[in-house]
Amino acid sequence: MSILINKHTKVICQGFTGKQGTFHSEQALAYGTQLVGGVTPNRGGEIHLGLPVFNTVIDAVSVTKATVSMIYVPPFFAADAILEAIDAGIKLIVCITEGIPVLQMLKVKAAMQGTDVLLIGPNCPGIITPGECKIGIMPAHIHQQGSIGIVSRSGTLTYEAVAQTTAYGLGQSTCVGIGGDPIHGMNFIDVISRFQDDEQTKGIVMVGEIGGCEEEETADYIKANVDKPVVAYIAGQTAPPGKRMGHAGAIVTGGQGTAAGKIAALKAANIHVVQSPTQMGEAMKAYFS
Amino acid sequence: MNIHEYQAKQLFNAFGIATPESMIATSPQEAIDAAQLLKESPWIIKAQVHAGGRGKVGGVKLAKTLDDVESITQQMLGSYLVTKQTDDKGLPIESVLVEKTSIIKREFYLSLLVDRGSERIVFVASSEGGMDIEAVSETTPEKIISVSVHPAAGLQGYQCRKIAFTLGLQKGQFKALETIMKGMYQLMLDKDASQIEINPLIETDTGDLLAIDAKINFDDNAVATHSDILALKDPSQEDDKENEAAQFDLNYISLEGNIGCMVNGAGLAMATMDLVKLKGGKPANFLDVGGGTTPEKVAEAFKIILSDKNVKAMLVNIFGGIVKCDVIATGILAAVEQVKVEIPIVVRLEGTNASEGRLLLSESKMAIIAADDLATAAEKVVDLAEVA
Repeated sequence: MSILINKHTKVICQGFTGKQGTFHSEQALAYGTQLVGGVTPNRGGEIHLGLPVFNTVIDAVSVTKATVSMIYVPPFFAADAILEAIDAGIKLIVCITEGIPVLQMLKVKAAMQGTDVLLIGPNCPGIITPGECKIGIMPAHIHQQGSIGIVSRSGTLTYEAVAQTTAYGLGQSTCVGIGGDPIHGMNFIDVISRFQDDEQTKGIVMVGEIGGCEEEETADYIKANVDKPVVAYIAGQTAPPGKRMGHAGAIVTGGQGTAAGKIAALKAANIHVVQSPTQMGEAMKAYFS
Repeated sequence: MNIHEYQAKQLFNAFGIATPESMIATSPQEAIDAAQLLKESPWIIKAQVHAGGRGKVGGVKLAKTLDDVESITQQMLGSYLVTKQTDDKGLPIESVLVEKTSIIKREFYLSLLVDRGSERIVFVASSEGGMDIEAVSETTPEKIISVSVHPAAGLQGYQCRKIAFTLGLQKGQFKALETIMKGMYQLMLDKDASQIEINPLIETDTGDLLAIDAKINFDDNAVATHSDILALKDPSQEDDKENEAAQFDLNYISLEGNIGCMVNGAGLAMATMDLVKLKGGKPANFLDVGGGTTPEKVAEAFKIILSDKNVKAMLVNIFGGIVKCDVIATGILAAVEQVKVEIPIVVRLEGTNASEGRLLLSESKMAIIAADDLATAAEKVVDLAEVA
């Protein structure tokens, strides 16, 4: 099975003809993703990478029947791109763009209310179901089809979790990077609830970091609703308070959002928290040997 | 991005939020001139630094005479103010705000922020002004109320009234509070502020509402579109190395340890610092070279880390995704040649073209220690820093 995307998923790319859009569309096509077209305003009618270019998302959807859009649009135009995708009836939006102003994201989230559209990101590596569909900037070759669901706020730490579960022969069902921004789309619970319901997923790796209180809320959720093994790692134990650690959302303010608080909450929910980022795969393997 | 109190107050005034009359001064003479222009003593002299907690450490002083104004200003300018929000070195005082005193009847707290949980812009108010709001929220949370603004509807009159009633304002003061709240909301929208704080907002003996202090943070993702706000940036209030790193689009944060860290990705950079500590070492910095890094950026990152004299050893941790490890290795070799590295460097390369990258490093004559996995790399660098 896998979650959210598979080999049948039809995908379009917004920002298709740009440098990033072109590079990552080529990579997605090489991986076997069913990329069926792209959108760049004023380039409609052209062919790019052998696929049709459309002026608007609605044109692209009506011709290609795509249900997923991946967005590689510069930060000051990305909120507009997400809103256009929502308006066109896209079901899953994957926004890779880093640096979207937070007030624009508040508008996006308000516009999403009352719809069933899902958003992954922004400021994320994307989503991949190994062997079937890659939507994002992750290096394809470290993945292996398998049984572990991975969800993370950090790109490179997702790759660590992937490489380790591949090295231990577990492989991945689906990997979702939910992004490092304070206001973002799907959260840990949205993804983990789907992993719990997914037959292919046998275990879950969750990678959190300082800032906000999503990890704490997820701990309570897992305790009440998840019976699959969960291994968690929280980055930022040595981060000084009040400093933004690269990600817009990674900041400890007023004693809130510390790694220690998150680790304590996860442990209180009987979740296996590893101390080192190098132990995620090993800890998960222990559940299956 | 942070700005000074005096700059925040100028923005307040532009958005209709009343503050006590004040003037900025960068020398004792300017301070005296300002005090004379503001007339009647006493005056408040406030050190302008990007940190809270100034009052408790002598950063806010009362001057009764012009001689006081001169001596206080003399003392403050050129010195460093250490508050509980700064590091041990403190922040340089390059200007002071000379302000008219007000007779304070009551003090309130009022702020506007982007709330992650509700994904809304939220006003937070309390009748307990002038205090640390985090302490109030711990001891007497019932004294804090919040009002969330719908992005489409905007701030409504009833929401201002709700706060006015909670603060116990008189009928004649409602309009003044509404003006302040609407000003704050508009300022946030127009200038992409991420937080606006008035602590305290005071009620004077004549019933007026004045912002005695002013703090504004701006969204780093949006500030590039506001040239007027960018112009308010004061590099003297930030770490030199952090300023330099920002010019090269590197995310760098200075810490107090002796192991330099260069990593790609913010999450992995934090995790690398954590791992160094777990193995018994102390990270000297956070540094994310970014996803699309180049050999040039790697070289700059090297220079910035090595300019920290506390650094005794360095750990380079790269998980190549889009970035190819052989490109990183080339950058490292170029940097090591350029900047004459005298400390041990441990490098862990993983991901795209990792073996090509490792080969490049091992074939060079440079004293670079390659590590196959991250745990070993962290152990090695901690050992080396101890010996050095």
